[in-house]
Amino acid sequence: MGEQRIRQIVLDIISLVAPDADLSNVRDEVPLREQLELDSMDFLDIVMELRKRYRIEVPKEDYPKLASLASCVAYLGPQLQGHA
Amino acid sequence: MAYTDRVVITGVGLAAPNGNTPEEFRRALLTGVSGITRIEVRFMGPVLAGVCRFDERKYQGAKERRRGTRAGATAIYCCHEALQRAGLPRERLHADRVGVFLGITEHGTVETENEIDVIRQHDYDTRCWSHHHNPRTVANNPAGEVTLNLKLHGPHYTIGAACAAGNAGLIQGVQMLRLGEVDVALGGGVSEATGSFGIFASFASEGALAEHEDPTKASRPFDLKRNGIVVSEGGCVFVLERLEDALRRGASIVAEVAGYAMNSDAADPVVPEPGTVAACMRLALERAGMEPKDIDIINTHATATPVGDEQEVIAINEVFGDCETVYVNNTKSFIGHAMGAAGALELAGNLGAYEDGLVHPTINLTELDPKCAMRNLVIDRPQRLAEVDYILNNSFGMLGTNSAVITRRYRG
Repeated sequence: MGEQRIRQIVLDIISLVAPDADLSNVRDEVPLREQLELDSMDFLDIVMELRKRYRIEVPKEDYPKLASLASCVAYLGPQLQGHA
Repeated sequence: MAYTDRVVITGVGLAAPNGNTPEEFRRALLTGVSGITRIEVRFMGPVLAGVCRFDERKYQGAKERRRGTRAGATAIYCCHEALQRAGLPRERLHADRVGVFLGITEHGTVETENEIDVIRQHDYDTRCWSHHHNPRTVANNPAGEVTLNLKLHGPHYTIGAACAAGNAGLIQGVQMLRLGEVDVALGGGVSEATGSFGIFASFASEGALAEHEDPTKASRPFDLKRNGIVVSEGGCVFVLERLEDALRRGASIVAEVAGYAMNSDAADPVVPEPGTVAACMRLALERAGMEPKDIDIINTHATATPVGDEQEVIAINEVFGDCETVYVNNTKSFIGHAMGAAGALELAGNLGAYEDGLVHPTINLTELDPKCAMRNLVIDRPQRLAEVDYILNNSFGMLGTNSAVITRRYRG
């Protein structure tokens, strides 16, 4: 699965979790919390959606790896291999 | 502060199946507009229900709504609308002196059913059970969501009082004002019952769920062919203030709370007990310093179950049977049973009588059950009275909880 596709998967989940957020100019390297009004419950929502949609289990110690779009892509890339 | 402090209603906000404002609601009640439709409910298929159509996003962001509950959204809408009508925008409120007291019949059933459905789709993997479930289902949820939304710092909680809860929320607000705990009380009730298949299924199993080919004719209190309850959702919140505070700020006064009472049947889980119901109404009258003949309108609780309606009629005839100028109506015939919101909504639907002098009718009463005969039962068309000064609003609930609230036209 390509990076753009993974990026889009994360953005799709964020659009569900934070429906008011403007996702048109999200910068890949900047922490999501600095760009969007996301709190700890939102990150739990993101983790939950990854579990429900892709059966990916993100252990608590790996939560920091979901900090930015770029780190999400790097972290989720290997786990999303095999998904269409 | 004294128990005798006079407490007044200075604003009303509501969401009913047939109106999103007090004015729309009143108009519907005076023109015979039902709010009942047929909806699809999980596992049940098509059922009759009263569903509200207020704009959830008027006072709430999409994320806030997603995290919260329908009852919370309803409460937030009603509180904003009530405060606006009271002339108390958020910036004029002393946030630590405003309390939120909302009656609920139940809360959390909808959210629990939803989560079970979610994990069912994931092989009952409980790791897919939402972390939002607990904040959504704690019993104070609807009132708490209001405080989060409006940034209020006074006390908030819900009052579980089955279907007497709407009155109980208002009563709690009055009591907290008289205790001096708050300066503004947001009191009333909410219900999200139409989101729960279990509530419909339980009434169906009890043989108490209404059915009619025409949804608008399904809720038929006192009618010989009544066959049960129409489950509805809704909300209604009153802004309550001590009279002196309301006068000081030049508020427009909708009505004064003249008296109230709550008591318990201690008899049957579901069937009301006429003796205790009569005692409840008498206690409310006594506290208001009134005689039964002083009441102009009795808004009945009757839900259109065969037994429940009869029991209330026995109680009303016992207390008011000799009163020639007491008129009786029923709001559930229009909106079904809005559960935790019912008492507050039904009172709100009648407060307009202080302005227009009309008793809204009971609809769908084509053949009066002789066991439900009452003097001056207003049927089909509004009844004009020379003047309306006092309204008594009944609301009863399962496990034998009874409530009666009396309001008075404010005359100074």
